[in-house]
Amino acid sequence: MAGILFAGCSSADALDAERQRELTYLVRQDCGSCHGMTLKGGLGGALLPENLVDLDSEGIASIILDGVSGKPMPPWQGQLSNEEALWIAEHLKKGFPQ
Amino acid sequence: MKRRDFLKSTALGLGMATALAPAPGSACPGGLRGTGDLALIVERANGSVLIVDTTAHKVVHRVEGLGDLSHASAVYSRDERYAYIFGRDGGLTKLDILEGAIVKRVLQAGNAIGGAISDDGRLVAVSNYKPGGVRVFDAATLDPVADIPATFGEGKRSKTVGLVDAPGRRFVFTLYDASEIWIADFSSGAEPRMTRFTGIGDLPYDALITGDGRHYIAGLFGEDGLTHIDLWADAPAPRRILSGYGKGEKKLPVYKMPHLEGWALAGGKFLLPAVGRHELLVLDAASFKEAGRVGVHGQPVFAVARPDGRQVWVNFAHPLNDTIQVVDIPSLTVVHEFKPGPAALHMEFAPRGAEVWLSVRDRDEVHVYDARSFAKLSVLPAQKPSGIFMTARAHRIGL
Repeated sequence: MAGILFAGCSSADALDAERQRELTYLVRQDCGSCHGMTLKGGLGGALLPENLVDLDSEGIASIILDGVSGKPMPPWQGQLSNEEALWIAEHLKKGFPQ
Repeated sequence: MKRRDFLKSTALGLGMATALAPAPGSACPGGLRGTGDLALIVERANGSVLIVDTTAHKVVHRVEGLGDLSHASAVYSRDERYAYIFGRDGGLTKLDILEGAIVKRVLQAGNAIGGAISDDGRLVAVSNYKPGGVRVFDAATLDPVADIPATFGEGKRSKTVGLVDAPGRRFVFTLYDASEIWIADFSSGAEPRMTRFTGIGDLPYDALITGDGRHYIAGLFGEDGLTHIDLWADAPAPRRILSGYGKGEKKLPVYKMPHLEGWALAGGKFLLPAVGRHELLVLDAASFKEAGRVGVHGQPVFAVARPDGRQVWVNFAHPLNDTIQVVDIPSLTVVHEFKPGPAALHMEFAPRGAEVWLSVRDRDEVHVYDARSFAKLSVLPAQKPSGIFMTARAHRIGL
């Protein structure tokens, strides 16, 4: 299975379509509580591709998994696997599916 | 089209609004009816709202075209005919809930987080993230009245949160990035008299005002504690309350920020969601000292008092958001728990507490429960429902 250790490989193929749908829903609806359903930001920052140019997918995945200390961004470690976080990160950078 | 024709039509597309069959049990002789038992339900994913008859448990209208309604909320005009809906995209929409039609809609900012209406019903204020600050509009026309940029430091703008109305044509709000609380006093006209409190605490994420308009309380994400301002004081000043409630322990992850707007003042106590702890904090409403804790199922999001104050209903953040717990106030114990379904995220009590309406987002349903027997009375279909706003809010301070 492709994972975060195999940087450079796309993780997308490793997740089945059903899980991809679940992650899309999670990001839009639950991450959307703070980042906005359209990911244009809210209490949390905007997560559109133009907002993420300074971060690579691995960096974004580690923010997802570890959270941001001292800020409301929680660690999703335990809720999401490494490859799921990387899948989300890659798709945020590309423009997240609806 | 005349009102009665409109009501006769069934599921007729009518511009932006869709008229659904008039609800039985709420007959409207001569096309007339009151609005006191109507409510608005936000359908967050589609930019639409439902107008529901809370007596008949029926949808009366669906109104579309309200933009991005993630985290949307609403306030009401004094006559309970018009709702003002605050969208995430900065949209401010004035809606005629009898006709199910948009009266006016303005895009007043790029990113917004709720609003308030002044005690005289003439001013609508919107809290904005981008550009950070509060903008105030004429409630009749939605024409701009005042712009209050939330400036701090060197040319920085703060996101604003916790915007509420306070008696005396005032609005109170909190600057998330600047750790300040501001009061905008419109009692002498369109030019507000401003009062600013600085250093009110780290990362204030939301705030409430009590139903008597006296106490403003801001929750802090960055500190173990909350900030309280007594607006009755001759010289109001912020002071910390419940400092150190987390006892220095590491916070649990918070997958949805708690909301203080559904604050619960019950039996002389406030029950407030803790941050990063699976607890409600109990605050003595006279002394503002801690009066206990209630251990609950997860990170509380809303703690809402039944209007008689005997019980507080609590819902929870992801991934435990399928559960509701009911806390009995005299004993401060959980007396009932049930699982309405995934993402049970918003609750609204009927004004005198007979029923509670509950959005179950991931099931695309709104449930109605008997608030005493806990029996499920009705299920209404709704598309990704979130906030539920009954018209009785028109006559309550801070809602």
